[in-house]
Amino acid sequence: MALNVEQATKRFGNFTAVDNVSLKVERGEMHGFLGANGAGKTTTFRMILGLLNPSSGQISWNGKAITYATSPEIGYLPEERGLYPKMKVEDQLVYLAELRAMPKREAKREIANWLERFEVPHYASKKVEELSKGNQQKIQLIASLLHKPSLLILDEPFSGLDPVNVEMLKSAILDFQQQGATIVFSSHRMDHVEELCDDISILDKGKMVLSGSIRDVKRSFGKQNVRIKMDGDLSVLINAEGVDNYKKTHDGALFQIADEAAAQLLLTESMKLGAVRHFAIEEPSLEEIFIAKVGKAYA
Amino acid sequence: MHSFWIIFKQAFLTKATTKSFIITTVIVCASFFLLANMSKILDVFQGEDEDHVLYIVDESGELAPRLQEQLQLADRDIQAVPTEQTEKELKEGIVADTVEAYLVLEQGEELTARYVTKSANELENGSNIEQAVQSLQTILTAEKLNLDNNQVEQLFAPALFEREAVSESSKSQEELSQARGLVYILIMLIYISVIYYPNMIAMEVATEKSSRVMEILISSVSPVKHMFAKIAGIGTLGILQMLAFGLSGFIAIKTAGTSMTEGIYSVFGFADVKISTFLFAVLFFLLGYFLYAVLAALLGSLVSRTEDVQQLMLPMMLLIIVASLIAFSGISVPEANFVTIASFIPFFAPLVMFLRVGMLDVPLWEPLLSIAIMLVTIGLLGWLGARVYRGGVLMYGSAQSLKDIRKAIALGNKK
Repeated sequence: MALNVEQATKRFGNFTAVDNVSLKVERGEMHGFLGANGAGKTTTFRMILGLLNPSSGQISWNGKAITYATSPEIGYLPEERGLYPKMKVEDQLVYLAELRAMPKREAKREIANWLERFEVPHYASKKVEELSKGNQQKIQLIASLLHKPSLLILDEPFSGLDPVNVEMLKSAILDFQQQGATIVFSSHRMDHVEELCDDISILDKGKMVLSGSIRDVKRSFGKQNVRIKMDGDLSVLINAEGVDNYKKTHDGALFQIADEAAAQLLLTESMKLGAVRHFAIEEPSLEEIFIAKVGKAYA
Repeated sequence: MHSFWIIFKQAFLTKATTKSFIITTVIVCASFFLLANMSKILDVFQGEDEDHVLYIVDESGELAPRLQEQLQLADRDIQAVPTEQTEKELKEGIVADTVEAYLVLEQGEELTARYVTKSANELENGSNIEQAVQSLQTILTAEKLNLDNNQVEQLFAPALFEREAVSESSKSQEELSQARGLVYILIMLIYISVIYYPNMIAMEVATEKSSRVMEILISSVSPVKHMFAKIAGIGTLGILQMLAFGLSGFIAIKTAGTSMTEGIYSVFGFADVKISTFLFAVLFFLLGYFLYAVLAALLGSLVSRTEDVQQLMLPMMLLIIVASLIAFSGISVPEANFVTIASFIPFFAPLVMFLRVGMLDVPLWEPLLSIAIMLVTIGLLGWLGARVYRGGVLMYGSAQSLKDIRKAIALGNKK
């Protein structure tokens, strides 16, 4: 049971949107798919869903090609949210679930459960256009997982949501993963990815620049952060051996170092400059890795 | 196949339950009843009219009753009343609206009459009175010449005048005028439905695209299935609506009690309706619908916003309008060359070939050939439409034009 993307390439005329991307997601895993705008995430998703055929390469789900015959096993939340604005929430969800081969009665029961869980049971007979954007998002998520797919693809599931709703949707997605679903999702929010995913991959201009478990990715990045909180000017330490980068913070500074020896050096040097209130060696955040890999243009 | 029916049902029900659709259907059905009972309704209004009073200034005193005779013979509701009033008094009466009209009659060598009313627009009574005066004059002259009634009748016996067409394919003049009204109405219906229902489809597709629900739909079912299920759903809706129209029209005529072959209805030619005309109408309605529906779905799949639908539909609308122009102008000359040629051009055929089979006795192979051409065209368009649709529904951009068809095909391509 796995999603397997092998050397998928998609060309539109002379433009290569996705270039030789390989990806393997095991059953029950949650995979974070990162990339700047226009990096080729949506095109990759569309190829996985069979909406677009790859120019070359193979994509399979459980060893089989993904076709409309397998559509009941797959759920999709597109980046551009799409629901019928004038249709009632329940009718709409039933319709979309039926298209994925879910019996009507079962769909209705599940819809009631989900609306209850998202604390919006009274929306069942409302038109979608009457709902706020955040609430439409909830309906959109329900539409993607109502029919209990074993592979769920979420393109930017949390964009435009307030923190309370983000938590609500996150826990729903985590529960769904626990029930055995394989999930691929993309996001611009690194903290969400860091919190939810086992594995990540980073896409840049159609090419896969990084892939693996979060721990491996961080380890292989080979850089750590040193955070120092103290009064006084720390910029003199920028030339210390092993320091790659320096950033002033409101109560001290953040150094990026290449190895742990540099941390000890920074500690002794900073103590000479004054009283150190706080000293910590931190793992690099995904955001830093992303920026380092994809470039400062995206931040 | 299951998902086909779900989309079919959805396309059908969402349209069938919209207020505008229900209201349109009800209004059209109601107007049939109104039309069928038109003569009764007219009677109600006319029944309350009193007879028109026409004052006669006649010095001899003999002419007024004889004019009245003529008016009654011609079945006019005008009372000729002799009066002693002077013309001056009568004119004042007209100005004061107490007198509707008066007639000054004088008998010299021949009859002279002067008809005076308030407004010159009042023509109908005027010409009726003129006819009555004319008849009176004839009778008076006949009396002068000592002709008896028989001789007068002979004098005015009408000539027999009949039209006959020699061409083999043409129906006799009588048949033609009977067919014309019905064919006209049916062409009108086909014309309206090949505009109305395909437009519905284009709007539906564009709405699904602009609300972005399309991406979810076509990740669940294939775009081709989605397109044809939609066309079938709206098509069924169209057939049912037309059936409702036809049925209410039929019931309206039956219950109206007036014979539809008389009076104003004789123009429509319901007297001698051939069942084959209706069968051809249904057939050409279906073919025309599918032809234009596939085209509309193709065009609808290219736009990103519903506002752009009309712009992209324009070429298709022009095709339909040209077809209707040929058909409507061909009603008076169904044998013209341009009509014959147009009846084999697939986009014109639904209207024009129907016109020909309705108006002429064309050999059967001609409509069959035309139908075959249309079926092939529908097949080709369906194939092309499916390819464009597959890519078109994924395409979002600002400016849409027909050039995008190539882009859409490239996007939907296998490789």
